[in-house]
Amino acid sequence: MAQHMNLTLKIWRQKNDKTKGQFVTIQANDIADDMSFLEMLDVVNEELTRKGEDPVYFDHDCREGICGMCSLVINGRPHGPKYGITTCQLHMRSFHDGQTIVIEPWRAAAFPVLKDLAVDRTAFDRIQQAGGYVNVNTGGVPDANEIAIPKRVADEAFESATCIGCGACVAACKNASAMLFVSAKISQFALLPQGQTERYERAQAMVDQMDTEGFGNCTNTGACEAECPKGIKLSNIARMNREYFTAKFFREEDVHVH
Amino acid sequence: MSNSKPALSSSLGRKLIMSLTGIFLCTFLVVHLIGNMQLFKDDAGYAFNNYAYFMTHFTPIKVVSYLLYASIIIHAIYALVLSLKNKAARPIGYEKYDGQSNSKWNSRNMGILGTIILVFLVTHLQNFWWKYHNDQVPYIEYRTDLATGATAAREIQAADFNDFQTTIENNVEIVKARDLYKQVDFAFQNIGLVILYVIAMAALAFHLIHGFKSAFQTLGLSHKKYVPIIEFLGVWVFGVIIPVLFALMPLYFYFVK
Ligand code: SF4
Ligand code: FES
Repeated sequence: MAQHMNLTLKIWRQKNDKTKGQFVTIQANDIADDMSFLEMLDVVNEELTRKGEDPVYFDHDCREGICGMCSLVINGRPHGPKYGITTCQLHMRSFHDGQTIVIEPWRAAAFPVLKDLAVDRTAFDRIQQAGGYVNVNTGGVPDANEIAIPKRVADEAFESATCIGCGACVAACKNASAMLFVSAKISQFALLPQGQTERYERAQAMVDQMDTEGFGNCTNTGACEAECPKGIKLSNIARMNREYFTAKFFREEDVHVH
Repeated sequence: MSNSKPALSSSLGRKLIMSLTGIFLCTFLVVHLIGNMQLFKDDAGYAFNNYAYFMTHFTPIKVVSYLLYASIIIHAIYALVLSLKNKAARPIGYEKYDGQSNSKWNSRNMGILGTIILVFLVTHLQNFWWKYHNDQVPYIEYRTDLATGATAAREIQAADFNDFQTTIENNVEIVKARDLYKQVDFAFQNIGLVILYVIAMAALAFHLIHGFKSAFQTLGLSHKKYVPIIEFLGVWVFGVIIPVLFALMPLYFYFVK
């Protein structure tokens, strides 16, 4: 049998990106502990809608921890009080009856609030478009496994590729730095043979775009790694730095004047 | 490709500068500590005052010392620039921010720790570096009987002192020096200064426990073979041994001498 609880929610409400927001206290009653956090918000929103009020906006899509859309800083932590999960994977049994829960959007200049708890994360898309891709030739379909890749390298690249672009790393970082995200995206290609052609151009272009978007500068606190739902490692940031410094200081195409 | 931003004005470039100046300052600490261990010698400052003269007059060391001053200034200025940029990257803060669940206290407060160290440095340089370079320390003469090896020391007046010099008369070695040792002894009779030094060394410890390993991470030096060595050095050498030995110096002069 599910336990039921009553909660006090302190939710950030903001009309749009032009207006200032503020916290609004909303009562959430009779919440079952086997609901997910987002289902709890659904219940709250149904109630608000019934009363003719504006429901609370929040991002979500897959609700199974793979799309990266859900966000929310819950009681001071991105994706709430657990490690290695997204908000859609967080259950109400992690809270107790009578608790006050503070719910805020990701806070970063590069992630402006669109409405309430939903922020604009297209800055990540622009970073990806700056270099997070590989060029391939059109033509016949290549054979599978035509290019030999050592298992360890493939595994490492795969781990970097599990980044879902949620932005929790930015939200957790005291500097609002996006370096964990960007380094994961640079790493997944830097490690694989298919990513070599644009390897150093990519590192420079993506770092440039990251800076242009106004993300902060990493101070290696490790908060991103701790809060990342996919366990992206800080070693990715070290790799990004190697890629970038190599590109800047040692690559032929930049060393010689054309 | 070449029209991408210059390396050193990017976020990673600025971090690189923090890292390189930081590592250089760490190597300086090692040298400074080894030299200053001579303060613990019970020789009326003979070894220490000789060393102080050497460090301020040997050309290669003078060159390195200018690099050192530059590093301190650059490290502090870049820290300020980066902190301001980081502040701007999150204009609206969190109502509730649970930092201790995901990171260490010192890693989040490097700016505060660094500021304490900077305040300390200004006092430190003013007390010793400035006074030494501006003839505001006493003078001393050591007479060593070369036959017995026994040394006698006595304070001398400014009128009797031209420059640091070593002469030998009748099998007696006479050394005239600026008595920085005496100045150290004098300064550390002030309990306020002793407390400032101990606090500053605690700040240094926490700053380096994060900063040392962080500098290597920024350089991209991350490998399972040597990261444990870096972490060990960062915690035990730079976070414990060096700050503790430095902190013992004012305590030694206040309580023992
Ligand atoms: S690195 Fe982790 S926290 Fe950052 S965007 Fe990717 S999955 Fe999310
Ligand atoms: S909604 Fe897709 S990861 Fe949470």
